[in-house]
Amino acid sequence: MAQYMILIYEDEAQYAAATPEVYGEVLEEHNRFSAGVEGLGAKLLGGEALEPTTTATSVRGGADVTDGPFAETKEALGGYYLVDAPDLDTALAVARTVPARFGGVEVRPVMTFD
Amino acid sequence: MTADPAAVAAAVADAHRREWAFVLAATVRVTRDIDVAEECVQEAFAAALTEWRDRGVPSRPGAWLTTVARRRALNVLRHSGVERRHLPLLVEEAVAPDPRDDGAHGYPDDRLRLVVTCCHPALDRPAQVALTLRLLCGLTTAEVARAFLVSEPTMAARITRAKKKIAVARIPYRVPPPAELPTRVDAVLAVVHLLFTTGHTTPAGEDLVRADLVERALQLCRMLRALLPGDPAVAGLLALLVLTDARRATRTGEDGRLLLLEEQDRARWDGAAIAEGVALVREALRARPPSRYALQAAIAAVHAEAPSWDATDWTEVVALYGVLAQVWPSPVVALNRAVAVGFASGPAVGLTALDALATEPQLAGYGYLPAARADLLRRLGRVAESRLAYTEALHLTDNAVERRFLAGRLAALDG
Repeated sequence: MAQYMILIYEDEAQYAAATPEVYGEVLEEHNRFSAGVEGLGAKLLGGEALEPTTTATSVRGGADVTDGPFAETKEALGGYYLVDAPDLDTALAVARTVPARFGGVEVRPVMTFD
Repeated sequence: MTADPAAVAAAVADAHRREWAFVLAATVRVTRDIDVAEECVQEAFAAALTEWRDRGVPSRPGAWLTTVARRRALNVLRHSGVERRHLPLLVEEAVAPDPRDDGAHGYPDDRLRLVVTCCHPALDRPAQVALTLRLLCGLTTAEVARAFLVSEPTMAARITRAKKKIAVARIPYRVPPPAELPTRVDAVLAVVHLLFTTGHTTPAGEDLVRADLVERALQLCRMLRALLPGDPAVAGLLALLVLTDARRATRTGEDGRLLLLEEQDRARWDGAAIAEGVALVREALRARPPSRYALQAAIAAVHAEAPSWDATDWTEVVALYGVLAQVWPSPVVALNRAVAVGFASGPAVGLTALDALATEPQLAGYGYLPAARADLLRRLGRVAESRLAYTEALHLTDNAVERRFLAGRLAALDG
């Protein structure tokens, strides 16, 4: 088994404009997603949602503190899941079920050291 | 006994062309590392040059080469501790005996695993193409670089990155489950089709055709046909390649001039290839919906079976392009359909269909659009507009043979 980080990138503006009903739906979709991971042959190790990039602070080179995200992009990192999967195909099958109606996800293998 | 060195060299070259993919695919199963497997297979071919001279060419060269390559692989693993590497390729062992193990080789046929791994959707298209030529066709990095007109270091970096991604991201070396197989095969077919079209009309350069690429594409497609005999999309692509290539010898004149379908000597088309292609089209069209390749092949078959240019069934061609546009909506298909309409219903109707595509962003900079427009305008006697369109097409075309054709048409307008 190997670990993969599934990074969720979405358009924050669309969330900002979303109704409470939409938030409720998204929450429900994430609950359904979590419940379905094992059925795909993987294991959910963790996952969190992040506050929007308007709350981000960047620190460059250990000194320079600036207000805002490290890189300004239309679709910003808004959360992640960490999964254990036997191979990329399984990790991609999990990634396809991650709710991300205002964007998409990126799958990255976690580096192993020995 | 000592065999004739020239005959041995020819036998090794032949085995390289026919057996490389089989030997490599079977060796990867042992090494779980593509680079190590490649080295072992190269050494096996080098050993064949001397051993076949001393002992004769074996009756089953592929089995001989696989045995030698796998023995070397086991030695390498034993002596270098490669097996303790932390990034072995994920080889999923078949639970039941592999039905594709035909016994003639004594090794399971892993070529399908190899080709779907090379064309995995997590790799970008240039990487898929490079890996396929390198691992399935056994081309050297320098040869792959030449085929795509990039520098050798660029191609080496592309191949290294792709192999590293396969290992690090753990792209599994396996035949995907039946539910996933069709989409994975689609990616393989797209790679083979790209290889063929790149060879059929090279995007730039002096020659119209790159025979080496055309033949590699045909060879890969025949391999897929053998591995997936019941797959209609594979049958469709093979039909398309075979029917298109049946005209290869007649596409340029003795002076290297481009000859249009209209001018080609149909008696010199490859009749056996056309018969093979037509039979494959029939089989491929049974799938519902038919694949884009089956429909493209059906169009090629209409041309291949027409006894003369004037006898071409343009109504059938237009109808087939209409179905193709539904299965595979693309402005290039719409352009080809408009050209066919120009022959079925006359140049004025064709021009109306073509001009509807003028603002299509995907056709901006596509030389065949002004070239098709120029021809319709020429047939309508609108010389000044035709001249402008031919000039525009010339600006957008880099292939020397095609440029000469367009320049010739332009000159004829003034004559």
